[in-house]
Amino acid sequence: MTSYLSVRDLVVHFPTVDGVVKATDGLSYEVERGKTLGIVGESGSGKSVSSSAILGLHRGTNAKVSGEILLDGDDLLQLNDEQMRRHRGRDVAMIFQDPLSAMHPYYTVGNQIAEAYLVHNKVSKKAAKARAIEMLDRVGIPQPDRRVDDYPHQFSGGMRQRAMIAMGLINNPGLLIADEPTTALDVTVQAQILDLLQDLQREFNSAIIIITHDLGVVAEMADDVLVMYAGRAVEYGPCKEILTHPEMPYTWGLLSSVPDLTADTNAKLIPIRGNPPSLLSPPPGCAFNPRCDHRDKVPGDLCTTQVPDLTPARSGGNHVKRCHLANPDEVYVAEVLPEIAPDLVKETP
Amino acid sequence: MSELAHAATPLDVTAPPILTVQDLQMYFPVKYRGIFQRTIGHVQAVDGVSFQVPKGGSLGLVGESGCGKSTTGRLITRLYEPTDGEINFDGRNIAHLSQRELLPLRREIQMIFQDPATSLNPRHTVGAIVGAPLLIHKVVPKNKVLPRVQELLEVVGLNPEHYNRYPHEFSGGQRQRIGIARSLTLQPKLLVADEPVSALDVSIQAQVINLLQDVQREFGIGFLFIAHDLAIVRHFCPEIAVMYLGKIVEIADRETLYNHPHHPYTQALLSAVPDVKQAAIGGRRERIRLEGDVPSPINPPSGCRFRTRCSMAQEICSKVEPPLLQVGPRHKVACHFPGELGHAPQRPVTTAICGVDDHGNAVSGATADIQLNAPGYDTTWLDLKTGQRAGT
Repeated sequence: MTSYLSVRDLVVHFPTVDGVVKATDGLSYEVERGKTLGIVGESGSGKSVSSSAILGLHRGTNAKVSGEILLDGDDLLQLNDEQMRRHRGRDVAMIFQDPLSAMHPYYTVGNQIAEAYLVHNKVSKKAAKARAIEMLDRVGIPQPDRRVDDYPHQFSGGMRQRAMIAMGLINNPGLLIADEPTTALDVTVQAQILDLLQDLQREFNSAIIIITHDLGVVAEMADDVLVMYAGRAVEYGPCKEILTHPEMPYTWGLLSSVPDLTADTNAKLIPIRGNPPSLLSPPPGCAFNPRCDHRDKVPGDLCTTQVPDLTPARSGGNHVKRCHLANPDEVYVAEVLPEIAPDLVKETP
Repeated sequence: MSELAHAATPLDVTAPPILTVQDLQMYFPVKYRGIFQRTIGHVQAVDGVSFQVPKGGSLGLVGESGCGKSTTGRLITRLYEPTDGEINFDGRNIAHLSQRELLPLRREIQMIFQDPATSLNPRHTVGAIVGAPLLIHKVVPKNKVLPRVQELLEVVGLNPEHYNRYPHEFSGGQRQRIGIARSLTLQPKLLVADEPVSALDVSIQAQVINLLQDVQREFGIGFLFIAHDLAIVRHFCPEIAVMYLGKIVEIADRETLYNHPHHPYTQALLSAVPDVKQAAIGGRRERIRLEGDVPSPINPPSGCRFRTRCSMAQEICSKVEPPLLQVGPRHKVACHFPGELGHAPQRPVTTAICGVDDHGNAVSGATADIQLNAPGYDTTWLDLKTGQRAGT
């Protein structure tokens, strides 16, 4: 079975007066219909930039985009603007982090949702509005026939995000990109929105890319996980595999720096030291090496001179990682796991 | 670094309170937009909140946006003057002090803000920002300001030579460190940290949390830690209060609150947090779905404010407001049917205290028999298993 979306060797570079910002540098991944890919990384790791490239949002800017983005077999990067416009909103839709700034304050919510439908379907305005009401109802807005004429500021944060989802899904797209869809929301509302996305995915059989920095959200939603660092994939594979047998020190760092609700309260938070690298002049070799605690386990100066390739993880499967460590699985079990989950280690001797 | 570095300050039940808040109330007037600006209602942002922060300890304040947790923080720093209630800081009620009287107090109570990008003046150097409190309060002579600033920058893990840089030259995590250095300048006794890490990247959050724990330990600062991230609060605070719509619905020590929550809202809140480790081992907690949004604080529901979203709500809940009832040595909950998930009592436990019958109708002659809504804890409490009062 071929994937619905297949991104191959995607490169997004922004030339600036100070040099070239390599926001995304050789990124490849695939998503099937009905499946969810979680993209995790810090700010500036290129996760949003690479996803907006799918929608062609870098057209008309000075960004240099290359590689292949195959959507159902068509290379989106080869299309002209008019052809791209036909895909955008119909086959690929995006929902943004902050629905208040993603919506136009002067137009009613219904108007904005219906517009997405009118652009791609030859229907009357009345029919489009009826469809907007239907979608608002589907995403759980109470009294949709009345709320359709409200302005965005009259909605609460959770309702606005629901309206954004309604707008994204009105044309029943094959791929939905959700860029930090719940970061601005409270946990209870976040839970509602994640449930809604999962229900709608089952109903419409869409592929979803969920971009987030919250590993908890990924753990609940994603089938596959892509961990990004400084514009590159550093670990990619099935979600469960990555969360239980991560083989890249950056992923370990992400797991160890967030407290969770069941951890021993005397356990320390182990932050990743230092700061994310500049994309203008990333460190030579592995971009993570200045912040890595396990660099000394690699012989020679491999880490600082050579970018590691994406190689199959020791645990096998479709799990790949970008690290020079020869035995990351053993290092993880011996050194990292006891620190971040002493309780888990005790349970499984 | 000692063995205890980067660990949360443990709960010290004998520590005297540095801050005692009683029946704190903040109503913001809602004005009619006409010529006369008539007040047509009030946003009941904080409505009768009582708690204590122990000296050198920390209390966590969690809740959804709009529940009044930030307003509480701002009342304590006296950025607002409360409508009613007492704020006893170090034995003195500061609720209605004038600006002049407050000036010496500003040294003792400091605040860390959520967004380091907007809480630092972009046109001032870091040295000027961190040194300003020293100059305003004339703590050290002018020629000693710079050495002190450099010392503080070092404490928070910044390069002391960077005192003449501007905030924009720093990353988000470093800016938050500058904010922390500024709040430490006057060696406060109480720090109000309002969402100190929620604007930071995950890898940086842990750095800042560890730093806050280190400075708390080193300088013995009491913390009121306001956050919506339940896992972070659990990590930082040995004692936590959960707020909903301007009221505290449950307050308890960490162990009790996270493992044996008795209020349906706390249970729902905890079940909504996505958990990496649970998912990694294949399990997923049963999620309690909370429908709808938080009601408007201008016109909150009668009786229990949570009843409109509560699955257990009964007649009494709409008629009588549940008191914040002590149900354990360090555990208070405001619910007519408090109990662990799936073990809520059949009958309301609060009838005798509120002087009502099971349906919330007043019983003549009955009166409330204990003082409710007092900060701190009593030596006796209502044992939910026996229905009798128990004590230590």
